[in-house]
Amino acid sequence: MDPTLQALQERVRAAAAAKTPLMITGGGAKAFYGNEPRGEALDVRSVSGIVDYEPTELVVTVRGGTPLAELEARLAEQSQMLPFEPPHFGPTATVGGAVAAGLAGPRRMAAGAVRDFVLGARLLDGRGNVLSFGGRVMKNVAGYDVARALPGSLGTLGVIVEASLKVLPRPVAEQTLLFEMNEAESIRRANEWGGQPLPISATAWCGGQLYVRLSGAAAGVQAAHAKMGGSPVPEAALLWAELREQAHGFFQPGHGTLWRVAVPPTTGPLDLGATLVEWNGGQRWVWSDAPTEKIRARVEAAGGHATQFRGGDRRSTFHPLPPALAAIHRRLKAEFDPAGIFNPGRLYAEP
Amino acid sequence: MNAPRTIPSKMLGERIPLEGTGAVDIERQRTVVAALRTFLPDHCILWREEDTRPYECDGLTLYRQVPMVVALPETEEQVARIARACFDLDVPIVPRGAGTGLSGGALPHGQGVLLSLAKFNRIVQIDPLARTAVVQPGVRNSAISEAVAHLGLYYAPDPSSQIACTIGGNIAENSGGVHCLKYGLTLQNVLRVRGVTVDGEVVEVGSEAPDAPGYDLLPLVVGCEGMLLVITEATVKLVPKPLKQQVIMASFDDIEKGGDAVAAVIAAGIIPAGMEMMDKPATAAVEPFVKAGYDLNAEAILLVESDGTPEEVAEEIERIEAVLRAKGATQLAVSQSEPERLRYWAGRKAAFPAVGRISPDYYCMDGTIPRKRLGEVLKAIAAMEKKYDLRCANVFHAGDGNLHPLIMFDANDPDSVVRAEEFGFEILELSIAVGGTVTGEHGVGVEKVHQMCLQFDPATLESFFAVKRAFDPPGLLNPGKAIPTLNRCAEYGKMHVHAGALKFPELPRF
Repeated sequence: MDPTLQALQERVRAAAAAKTPLMITGGGAKAFYGNEPRGEALDVRSVSGIVDYEPTELVVTVRGGTPLAELEARLAEQSQMLPFEPPHFGPTATVGGAVAAGLAGPRRMAAGAVRDFVLGARLLDGRGNVLSFGGRVMKNVAGYDVARALPGSLGTLGVIVEASLKVLPRPVAEQTLLFEMNEAESIRRANEWGGQPLPISATAWCGGQLYVRLSGAAAGVQAAHAKMGGSPVPEAALLWAELREQAHGFFQPGHGTLWRVAVPPTTGPLDLGATLVEWNGGQRWVWSDAPTEKIRARVEAAGGHATQFRGGDRRSTFHPLPPALAAIHRRLKAEFDPAGIFNPGRLYAEP
Repeated sequence: MNAPRTIPSKMLGERIPLEGTGAVDIERQRTVVAALRTFLPDHCILWREEDTRPYECDGLTLYRQVPMVVALPETEEQVARIARACFDLDVPIVPRGAGTGLSGGALPHGQGVLLSLAKFNRIVQIDPLARTAVVQPGVRNSAISEAVAHLGLYYAPDPSSQIACTIGGNIAENSGGVHCLKYGLTLQNVLRVRGVTVDGEVVEVGSEAPDAPGYDLLPLVVGCEGMLLVITEATVKLVPKPLKQQVIMASFDDIEKGGDAVAAVIAAGIIPAGMEMMDKPATAAVEPFVKAGYDLNAEAILLVESDGTPEEVAEEIERIEAVLRAKGATQLAVSQSEPERLRYWAGRKAAFPAVGRISPDYYCMDGTIPRKRLGEVLKAIAAMEKKYDLRCANVFHAGDGNLHPLIMFDANDPDSVVRAEEFGFEILELSIAVGGTVTGEHGVGVEKVHQMCLQFDPATLESFFAVKRAFDPPGLLNPGKAIPTLNRCAEYGKMHVHAGALKFPELPRF
């Protein structure tokens, strides 16, 4: 067995015996996200490296502590990519952190969520066991798909020591189009286009401007542009990177709390504050200093949930759960981490 | 297995008895029926054997068990009350959709309630702008696409049984189909699932929003084989019908060359809408039956579909053709009309019944392997045909590496049944050995529960029970399926090492 992994296992077993809380840390790029971290730092960057990469299998198996930038550079050499376009939020971001945070970038509605590209994972659980879920093949329905339940679990179920990810070829051609329109109109149009066979890979609306990215075969992208109209945006790759990394001007701090609102995409404007709309309307970034309850009530009524993404009260980052679901959550956590040592409270306050 | 018939008592499942087999306990049956009658109308409860017998198996007819009681609720509230009543009486529940499953996931429990969702057959809502449909679990897969066809939309996953199988069963099994290479499995096409917990609470997992707060429970519930929730409603994703679809049919004079061509298409950066392969025995079975126009001299034929705008399809077809030629295709044909395209596919979709016509019975396997190992695994299967003296036709979702060897045998010949089963197990074990899985899309059910012991280590198997306990603490939802106990694995290990060498194979062993 890998000695670095063995060292982590021993550390976890000792912490479980002493009930010492552990704060799992990779590059620390997403330390701002979730409820206030607490516990002794458990640095998992030692478990690093690309284990296996077969471009023709469309699968890469990588250790959790591997820098995300290293993985993406390796895939780019083969003209492949992580289709969920994970935000890095800093040069130190790791693959394990990207999976645990479960955040996807602009391509989410076209390609899928982080979980849709997790084929398998090895998880160091709260007893110090290394569990192997899923596999390295495209289709696998043997056993519960725990690997795909890890994105968004924020390290509360265990340490992601390895993940097998499905990758895809980079699109041959890309073109971004700009349309001038208001928020309501942009949401309607994005969804109307979504119902047509057009190669749309991302949409974003901010300040009266709707950006639509087309990706695919060159002929298909050209035909779609001709059909949709709009003005071509030069150097658009930078724009989408800035949106993904929250380096875009909209995200400059200073207007209260930055909320991430997820709603059924066709929901009309929520009028909660300054808004940037992505994912055909499914993901909305809102700056607001309105009370948490008010925002959550409004979003819940629309069938969605609201996360205090940056700033705000780091004891209730995430939308509260209905009691029956909360009970399932508590039991899952207790099964995988009986001593309650992993990232306690990072997702929800524990009893 | 296609035709119902008496199965000899030598099957492994009977040598290591499954949970919930055996005669119905009449006393317990009375108690349960009485409890259900307090809120369910009489026409929703079946308990006489002539009424419960039709439910004794699903699409895997190898295993049969008459349920103690069959409940056919009509409302979600009734489902919740059935769950609560069973929870209070400690009675297992086995949910069932159309009963087309191929792994015995809906095999009844002899001391339990078989909960049929057949009456939940309504499409509740269609939202054209959001491209979603809210459906009850008993709605047939193809009925969804039919209902939204006028909007230019369809529901993408298309298992071969799509005219009969229901969306509830598809969710329970995380079903695939020939187009999941590009469009994903059921998990990627279901947004929200509403269901009843073991103690009768109604919960929703997933969301019509892009995600839901907390743990993402959807990937656990989709594919849970009825062991975590009883599904009562779901929101599915609809996708725009492509403007154009075209399929290339390519012949290869060597099956390994066909396998290499599959990898080469992917390596060229192309993700076709579907990429399916059939070997010579499969095309020979299909062609007289369907007249699809397959090249009967080819050792393997490959069907590769491209979809999208006319411009995209023209470009992609050209690229795929070039790759296939370079990889040694001996013949290439591109569908020139929609009837022609459908005819090419009709043969593939009819492969199972076609094999059923040339053999009294067949046993369908479902291993998935890395694409690059395709050639070597097919060679090994050919060697196994000789070893077990049984024919095998191979059809597969080549793009995904998902194999469906169809082992032909005669259920009236007990020895051929045992050989078929051993043959199947050897294929599954090989799938694991080359880095794959025992089931790509049919589920574990009762059929592959023993191979789970080989694919997963004891700690991981135990964690599957942990997930089960988190949703279903008393373990009443479809018990005994999908996850083997460590005791069962130990028994299986002992049995398997000595397979064929047991002194008294007819004796039950526990």
